[in-house]
Amino acid sequence: MTEENSVKLHGFWASPFAMRPVFALKVKGIDFEYIEEDLSNKSESLLKYNPVHKKVPVLVHNGKPISESLIILEYIDEIWTDPPHLLPKDPYLRAKHRFWADFFDPTILKTLLAEGEAQKMVLDELLEKMDVAEEGLKEIFPNGVPPFEEQKPGYLDIVFYSLYGTHEAAELIFGKKFLTVERYPLLVSWVNALKQVPEVNEVTPSIPKFVELLHSIIRQRSVPPKA
Amino acid sequence: MGEESSVKLHGFWASPYAMRAVLALKVKGVEFEYIEEDLFNKSELLLKYNPVHKKVPVLVHNGKPIAESLVILEYIDQVWTDPPHLLPKDPYLRSKHRFWAAFSIPLSETMMRYVVTEGEEQMNAQNELLEKMDVLEQGMKEIFPNGIPSFQEDKPGYLDIVFYSLFGTHEAAEELFGEKFLTVERYPLLVSWVNALKEVPEVQQVTLPIPKVVKTLQFIRQRHLPPKA
Repeated sequence: MTEENSVKLHGFWASPFAMRPVFALKVKGIDFEYIEEDLSNKSESLLKYNPVHKKVPVLVHNGKPISESLIILEYIDEIWTDPPHLLPKDPYLRAKHRFWADFFDPTILKTLLAEGEAQKMVLDELLEKMDVAEEGLKEIFPNGVPPFEEQKPGYLDIVFYSLYGTHEAAELIFGKKFLTVERYPLLVSWVNALKQVPEVNEVTPSIPKFVELLHSIIRQRSVPPKA
Repeated sequence: MGEESSVKLHGFWASPYAMRAVLALKVKGVEFEYIEEDLFNKSELLLKYNPVHKKVPVLVHNGKPIAESLVILEYIDQVWTDPPHLLPKDPYLRSKHRFWAAFSIPLSETMMRYVVTEGEEQMNAQNELLEKMDVLEQGMKEIFPNGIPSFQEDKPGYLDIVFYSLFGTHEAAEELFGEKFLTVERYPLLVSWVNALKEVPEVQQVTLPIPKVVKTLQFIRQRHLPPKA
C-alpha cells in the first residue's frame, strides 16, 4: 500500500493460531515486524491491543489492532489485494473454504493436552473428525492436492497446516502415528505438499521444542491446586 | 442475480441461527423459499446438503448448499451486492464486526448453559453470562460511538442480526427464570440496540411471540436436566 505502512504481528513461537498470520504475511510478501510474546508475562501492548481475549495473534496495522487468527487472514486478504490471494474470488468457493476452516477447530490441541483415558476419548473424536474432513475435502481438491509451486498456500491451507503441520509432535505425545496414509491419503498428501513450501520452514516450530513445551503444559495442568 | 436464481433456506422456527439467515435475506429483499425442518425428523435434503453437521440453517442457492450461519451471512452479502450491505466496506471495520460476531459464540454457549442448568451451576452460568454481556456492552461503544442508529434509513446488518438473534426475545428467558438480566442500568447500549431493532418491520416478521419462546426454552431445559428422582 503506502510507504508508511506499519505492520506488526504479536505472536508466540508455538501457537498454531499465531502461525497463521505469519505464514499469510510471508506468502503475500508483506514486510512486518514480529513481536514474540511471553504468554506468562504478556506485554502492555498486547493487553492494550486485545483487551477482550488477551491472546496472540494480534496484527497491528498502522496502529490499529486486529485479533482472532481467521479474522486477521481475511483482513490481510482485503488490504493487500495483489496476488497471491488467500481466499477464492468466487463466493461459493469462499463459503466452502470458510466452512472447512471453521471445521478444523482446535480438537487436535484439546487432544494433545488431555491425559490418560480422557486423551484416548478425545483422540477417537479427533480421528472421526479427520475422517469427515478426508471425505469432505475431496470437494475442495477434486483433482488431488496441488504442488503449491505456482499456486501459493491460501487461507484453508494455512489453517490446516497450522494444526497438522506439527503432527510428528502430536504423534510423539500420543505415542503413535495418527495421520496415517492408509486412513487419510488426502490429508497426508496435503500436509506433505505444504511441507515443500519455502515459507513453511520459517514458520514451523522445532518439533523437539514443541514437544517439550506440550509436556510442560500437561505437567502444569496435572498439578493439583495448592490447598 | 439471474432470473433463474433459486434461493431456498432450510430452517427451524425456534433456531436463532436460522433466524439470522432469514432476516438477512429479508433485509436485502431477496426472494426465497423457506423450508421448515423438523429437527427430530430431518429431511433427506438437509442431510444431503449439510452432511457434516446435519444442522440448520442451510442456504441452497441454485442447488449449491452453504451451511453455518455466519458463513451464510457473508455469502449473502457477497452475492447480492446491491445495498443494504450487511458488512461495512472498510476492511478494519469489517474485522471489528467479525470479531464481535465471533464473540457471540462463547456468549451463546454460556446462554445455553444458563438455560439448561440449575442450582449453583446455573448461578455460575448466569454470572458468566452477565460478565460476557459487560464485555459486549463495552465493545459496542466502539461499534456505535454515536449511540444506536434508528434503523430507519440504515437497515440492520451482520452484527445487528447476530446479536438480535440471541437477545431479541430476552423477555422469554427472564419470564422463565423470574429475573431480568438485560437491564437498562447495567446494559444501556445493548437495551437500546435491541429496542431499536424491534421497530424494524423485517425484524418483527422473524421474531417469535414470547409465549412460544418460553415454551421452547422450557422444552430445551426439560431435555437437558437430569430426571427428578
